[in-house]
Amino acid sequence: MATVTFKGATRIYPGSTIPALNKLDLEVNDQEFLVLVGPSGCGKSTCLRMLAGLEEVDEGSIFIGDRDVTNLAPKDRDIAMVFQSYALYPHMTVRENMGFALSIAGMPKDEIKSRVDDAAQILDLEPYLERKPKAMSGGQRQRVAMGRAIVRNPQVFLMDEPLSNLDAKLRVQTRTQIAKLQRDLGVTTVYVTHDQTEAMTMGDRICVLKDGFLMQVGTPQDLYDSPQNVFVAGFIGSPAMNLIEAPVIDGTVRLGGKSVDLPPVTAAALAAKGSKSVVLGFRPEDLRISTDDKAWPVEVTLVEGLGADAYVYAEVQLPDGAKKQIVVRTDGRTHPGRGEMLGLEAVEQHQHMFDAESGDRLPTK
Amino acid sequence: MPLRATATAAEPDLLFLPWGVALEQWPAQDTVALPRGISRHVVRFVRVNGAVYAVKEIEESFASREYGLLFDLGRLGAPCVEPVGVIAGREDSAGEPLPAALITRHLSFSLPYRALVRPTLGIHTWERLLDALVLLIVRLHLLGFAWNDCSLSNTLFLRDAGAFSAHLVDAETGELHESLSRGQRAYDIETAAMNVMGELMDLQAGGMVPDALDPAEVGADFQRRYEHLWLTLTDAVTVSSTDRYRIHTLLRTLNGLGFDVAELTAESTDGGSQIRVRPKVVDAGHHGRRMMHLTGLSMHENQARRLLNDIDSYRYTSGLDDDQHVAARRWVTDVYEAVLDRIPPEMRRKVEAPELVHEVLQHRWFSSERAHRDVGLQWATDDYVERHLAHAPDEAAVLGAPLDAVDSADDVDVRAT
Repeated sequence: MATVTFKGATRIYPGSTIPALNKLDLEVNDQEFLVLVGPSGCGKSTCLRMLAGLEEVDEGSIFIGDRDVTNLAPKDRDIAMVFQSYALYPHMTVRENMGFALSIAGMPKDEIKSRVDDAAQILDLEPYLERKPKAMSGGQRQRVAMGRAIVRNPQVFLMDEPLSNLDAKLRVQTRTQIAKLQRDLGVTTVYVTHDQTEAMTMGDRICVLKDGFLMQVGTPQDLYDSPQNVFVAGFIGSPAMNLIEAPVIDGTVRLGGKSVDLPPVTAAALAAKGSKSVVLGFRPEDLRISTDDKAWPVEVTLVEGLGADAYVYAEVQLPDGAKKQIVVRTDGRTHPGRGEMLGLEAVEQHQHMFDAESGDRLPTK
Repeated sequence: MPLRATATAAEPDLLFLPWGVALEQWPAQDTVALPRGISRHVVRFVRVNGAVYAVKEIEESFASREYGLLFDLGRLGAPCVEPVGVIAGREDSAGEPLPAALITRHLSFSLPYRALVRPTLGIHTWERLLDALVLLIVRLHLLGFAWNDCSLSNTLFLRDAGAFSAHLVDAETGELHESLSRGQRAYDIETAAMNVMGELMDLQAGGMVPDALDPAEVGADFQRRYEHLWLTLTDAVTVSSTDRYRIHTLLRTLNGLGFDVAELTAESTDGGSQIRVRPKVVDAGHHGRRMMHLTGLSMHENQARRLLNDIDSYRYTSGLDDDQHVAARRWVTDVYEAVLDRIPPEMRRKVEAPELVHEVLQHRWFSSERAHRDVGLQWATDDYVERHLAHAPDEAAVLGAPLDAVDSADDVDVRAT
């Protein structure tokens, strides 16, 4: 069983007073593909490196399964770090390349053979085992390199932005390969990226970090449908969720001169926090063009046509007179044009509301 | 898309290389045949205005990062290649983007390990190569730099009075911190050992390393040497007033290894009867600095150590032992320059000057031992030129070696990405 548990794990870099990772409590399930995501400086790499043994743990502890690994050297943790591809040796066959670390460690030959055979099968490398790397394509050579990590049969794979030095096309291809590989291998994997699309497509669960704090952890769908705070709401999803901050007066927000009523439960929660402003959240696909009286008047400033869909950028007026840009997704073939005045309405089941002070999600039902 | 170039040492002619062509396809006349290590990226060498540069094709953000790291390392005095520039915004003739290029200056007289390797290469030479690599890693660790992918292919070696001095070539995976944690050092040295073992096994599979060399044992030994050197340089020593000489011994050992001691931290233990002393070493170069100070000559550490010994014996035999500065200056004229002046100009570029002088002095010593008399400096120089230098390859840049003298499997096809 290879679970990974962070208990109050904290790292403060020498010379700094602000923790790079602040009392993280996180449990990664056995065989899970967990993605750590967040903007630069959020602590995701620090977290991974603490798990790897490359960063000291200043407070708290880290467990792999039942073992407390907090103070163990990297090589004693039974993890494999796949940070970058390994060099391939030109005089050795693919089989020898994949197994050389095991033969150095003195593993019996038949066990090495069996592990290399298993890995080759998963990686579609069986026909190439007796060839030298020189005769292979780039993608194949990359798989050989991954094979070296796989044959070690680690309890956990750690990957730190492994796709960042690839061009866009190769990134998408390799992303799919890695995800499939992890499913086939069933090895617990902790993966770091700054790219929320990568996180959404690859992770069983995603853990969003900001400034050293855990913002939310859950399945991609959870984070998409129920972001627990403004940061996660704006970070997950592309184009980003429209987030509009506005004062609440008598349980109502004024947008473009029209009233948006807060559900009673929301208004009550807000009042209980003593807050007077709310952040409304609408995903571009949860807004629609409407001729209803209650629709907010907006002026179209730009339309991005993408074939099947179009994204309409429009401006709505806030109570203080300022204009706020909103993005709406519409049908690509019948979208409005620039300069047009439209009415917008939110799909009720998919409205998000957050306390403007703390950023926390407010109940809407 | 316009080209964007960041360059320090201005060599403007580098801007006129064929940046609109993928590096792999650069015409042969623009590139120089140098033995390349096993690289993950496309690497080519070019000669521009007499200097040789290495060009590596790599994604722009990585190129900039590596450029910055090499620059910082250079300022810290770490032995590494000098970054020259990053060329970004490249496009081929069809308008397709090409990766950026990182340019570094090739170290004169430096040798990639594959140029040194012969099936007949002795175990001792291998040991010296690996010692040089261990010392390089220790020096980098003392500076707070974790290499994370040290290998023979990422290193250039220079001859240093019978030993080697190693220089970092590729900093792509490196990180510079205030100081390294135990885990970071452990990971770094383990990665290095694994890479060295793989490279040795690869050479063995290609018949270029004697089978008697056991990669697993070499790797284990490599880590042991690192641990030993690291402990020697950083461990504390507990002394009492009766054996305080041990502090002097420690300082001499550290100097002997080429390190200066910046400070000693001391705390009293055991009720004050003992002191626990921990040295804080600064980078190697103790002998090189002393040589520079005495003579103004710049040379590698081991060369400096040997030639300083020669200055000392010169000082005593010439009766100038009162003033080391005077003796040193006289030595430069009477010995160092005398040897170099006697070597035919066309042969002087074969080997670095301090190495030449060292070899001549060695030759003088060995010949004198055999002849049971002092053969003299002039004779030793002439004999050395005739017997050795005349037949030696030109190492100013290991150029033009026919490709079969260097393993042709070095062709850059072998990349994982």
